[in-house]
Amino acid sequence: MAYKRQIDRLPIIPADAKEHNVTWHYCIVGCGYKAYTWPMNKQGGTAPGENKFGVDLSEQQYQDTEAWYAPSMYNIVKQDGKDVQLVVKPDVNCVVNSGLGSIRGARMAENRPSTVTGTQQQRLSDPKVWRNGVWQPTTWDDALDLVARVTARVVTEGSEDDLVVSMFDHGGSAGGYENTWGTGKLYFESMKIKNCRIHNRPAYNSEVHSTRDMGVGELNYAYKDYGLTDTIFMVGANSMETQTNLYLNHMVPGLQNGAKMVVVDPRRTLTISASEQYAGKDNVLHLAINEGTDMALFNAILTHIVDNGWVDADFIANSTFQNGEAVAQDSAHPAGLGSLDYAMASCRTSVEEAAEICGVPAADIVKAAEWIAKPHDDGSRRKCVTAYEKGIIWGNDNYRTIGALVNIALATGNIGREGGGVCRLGGHQEGYYRPSDAHVGRPAEYIDQFLIRGLGGVHHIWACDHYKTTLNASEFKRVHKRRSDMVKDAIDAAAGGTREQVVDAIVAAINAGGLFVVDVDIIHSQIGQNAHVILPACEANEMNLTSMNGERRMRLSERYMDPFGNSRPDCLIAAGIAQNMERVLRDMGNDAYADQFKGYDWQTEEDAFMDGYNQGNPDVTYDRLRAMGNNGVQEPVVGYENGQLVGTERLYADGTFDRHGRDDKKALFCAAGWRGWQAPGKAREKAAHKFWINNVRANIFWQNQFLDQENDFIQDRFPHPFVEMNPDDMVDLGLNPGDLLEIVNDNGVTQGMAYPTPTAKRGQVAMVFGSPAGSQGNVVNPGVNELVLPDYKHCWGDIRKIADATPETRAISFKSKEVAL
Amino acid sequence: MKCNRLVDAGRRQFLRGGLVGAAGAAASTVLPAQQAQARSLARVEYPPNKLGNVSDLVVNEPMDIEYPDADSPGVLLKLGQAVEGGVGPDNDIVAYSVLCPHKGWMLSYNGEDKTFNCPGHHSRFDAEAGGQQVWGHATNNLPQFVLRVDDKGDIYAEGVDELIYGRLSNVL
Repeated sequence: MAYKRQIDRLPIIPADAKEHNVTWHYCIVGCGYKAYTWPMNKQGGTAPGENKFGVDLSEQQYQDTEAWYAPSMYNIVKQDGKDVQLVVKPDVNCVVNSGLGSIRGARMAENRPSTVTGTQQQRLSDPKVWRNGVWQPTTWDDALDLVARVTARVVTEGSEDDLVVSMFDHGGSAGGYENTWGTGKLYFESMKIKNCRIHNRPAYNSEVHSTRDMGVGELNYAYKDYGLTDTIFMVGANSMETQTNLYLNHMVPGLQNGAKMVVVDPRRTLTISASEQYAGKDNVLHLAINEGTDMALFNAILTHIVDNGWVDADFIANSTFQNGEAVAQDSAHPAGLGSLDYAMASCRTSVEEAAEICGVPAADIVKAAEWIAKPHDDGSRRKCVTAYEKGIIWGNDNYRTIGALVNIALATGNIGREGGGVCRLGGHQEGYYRPSDAHVGRPAEYIDQFLIRGLGGVHHIWACDHYKTTLNASEFKRVHKRRSDMVKDAIDAAAGGTREQVVDAIVAAINAGGLFVVDVDIIHSQIGQNAHVILPACEANEMNLTSMNGERRMRLSERYMDPFGNSRPDCLIAAGIAQNMERVLRDMGNDAYADQFKGYDWQTEEDAFMDGYNQGNPDVTYDRLRAMGNNGVQEPVVGYENGQLVGTERLYADGTFDRHGRDDKKALFCAAGWRGWQAPGKAREKAAHKFWINNVRANIFWQNQFLDQENDFIQDRFPHPFVEMNPDDMVDLGLNPGDLLEIVNDNGVTQGMAYPTPTAKRGQVAMVFGSPAGSQGNVVNPGVNELVLPDYKHCWGDIRKIADATPETRAISFKSKEVAL
Repeated sequence: MKCNRLVDAGRRQFLRGGLVGAAGAAASTVLPAQQAQARSLARVEYPPNKLGNVSDLVVNEPMDIEYPDADSPGVLLKLGQAVEGGVGPDNDIVAYSVLCPHKGWMLSYNGEDKTFNCPGHHSRFDAEAGGQQVWGHATNNLPQFVLRVDDKGDIYAEGVDELIYGRLSNVL
């Protein structure tokens, strides 16, 4: 039986409940919510004057009402040390979501840690240190002293290159401008750490280098452009699943307004089926290309547009580089950049060639080009929004493929204009404010391989879990565990010794090839199993947090509850490490180095915000952001007038491009020459195995699956990671729905649950990414591009049955996820 | 026949095509709900309302009902195959609220795969799996009505296992 909460009544929000602005923090879209808190001994009533909504709650409320909340939107949490009642519900006045809640965001309240209702008891409450063979809870002073002593010894006896750092660079969750600044100041200002990586990839790099090198920042439109456009061109993305309320609240009105939709994806996604419902099948074109062949398709579309004269000649003349090659291909640039003519020399691809490579009809490629660029009958230009995400970011030949896509938007003048834009759809929100990372270099170090090679002695990890979100994960996990176990053994052997003796033992183990691991997170993660010090962080709404969404909309998501136990904001944890580093280095007699760790006397996250973001953006303060509410302001902020922050609706509206830093402010085209499988080992792996193992996302636990592993509503639906596969393939393998299977190749093994999906092509399966119960990264080979961007999407393996369906998987629904109206 | 414009069709769009006739015919068998009234108890007290008789039901044709009162639409459904939680001689009779627990849109029943589907935002729920959300935006599964069948084959609803959309107390 399906999980039911058996709740038949909820407390009513009283009219005088406190109200807080909240941005859903695990998604790029950043839907607006309102949090209401009130004391335990108070409650609202059904009479209009007795409740927050001013309506008669003794009557049924109807469709889309503001005056209802689900049990998942209620909890009891600590606020200023006292238990209070909490409701977090979608904000009808937020322009991002207009009152729509998602299956993730509308469970925010339920996914808060509560000592009263018992929710999210997996949250870390106290620092822990590996002692006596277990993780012993301890104080911040004790834990930070050990972190600083070991780190200081290693970076002074060796160099800062021996400190490896994995750290989020995103907004929302526990990221945001406060926390990227705190960590950034520690590692890029006080130190110059170059051996670092980001939460979802093995290096410290951009996921979209090429568009930036072309001058085009990747978040350049406004969400309203979907409602103003003629065509939505979506590539390697599935917004109905992953940016759900962007799709429902902005793309659907566009489709209902007559926009056409082109979707490039090897798989029939829910975005495609939903768009067929909303726009009519005739207005949706699905280009189900062979995996990894996107670039050839884009080049053919561009060629067809150029050859038919559907380009925006004025835009090209005024806003793009004119004189051949501007940037030569080299080790930092996997393709040359320059004028349209220059790029066409590499990109030129006929429709027929692309049809052969991509496995789609030539007529469909022509149709796509027409929908994207063919002028209207009256001669007016066609508007097109181009949106892309992991399908090409984590795909074949990242640099050139994204460049080839941006080429189309540039050639048709669809950037900086109403109904245009060429944008990442995104994952987390953004919230990056750090000192320069220029010392990291380009290409950046491949950190996973650096650690696998036995290099580095201390590993600081900030809200990253490589066990679930890295490639070549099987080998990484083996080595990381072996190296960290050496240090655990050394600590165990030094039991009873003084702090100095324990530190000596740790350093000796590091010098013998061990790795000292510090894990900062909100839960005890899988990679945290290797940690020697665990530091408990808090996240948005347990602290004030600023971030921006996929249209650069910046909001202050307000603190409405206390951090769980003794957990702290990441920025203040970074400050604590810095302060302890200063003290320890001074004790070691290294005053000059110690002085580099001054400047962290922050009491609150707002202090960190003022020390970082506000220094570069002096108009922006907490008070002003609070006044802007859930609609916030679109970055960059250009002023403050009449009590309002003044933002920027679209980038590049004046036709000048600056993301590459060029003085001429001209956009560049990318010479995206097709070269088949770019990353090492991909072609061989494809030839050796029966199934393409696509990794995909699901709206039910996109981005915060680590919390939902302790959420009964979610676990009830998917007790194991789903692997969508064609029923005929299942018959061949002797698999029934819900049977457990394993995926095997030379890189490793992972496991999941068979989910029959008639629309899946034979020989292609779609496994959910990032599951705690089955890491798809185990079977992804170490192949990356020249700039160390992983190609997670291209992985092939064989499948075999492990076991019959479990009692849990036997009970769940295996029906189609596509709506049947 | 698929209807692609249900999104615009309004709140009362419900039980399309041939199903509408069956539901309309069945409606006359529904008895008036008892007066539902909240009392000062920790949990709400549900009225035992008679929804119909086993003999009224045709396999896979949902019957319009209201529970626990006239403002809470639902369906009574004989699935034709025993399911966990099913009642009646064949253990296949179930009843659900048909207000989508996401935004309160009226769900439509698809007899082909026995799911309830939301025309607004495409959430769908499995009638054969306790109303489990197959895919969608709601943060709970579909409220199911607790049923009892007496010796005469009369079917009574006696409770609800989730909060019904649009009310903060299942019994108003």
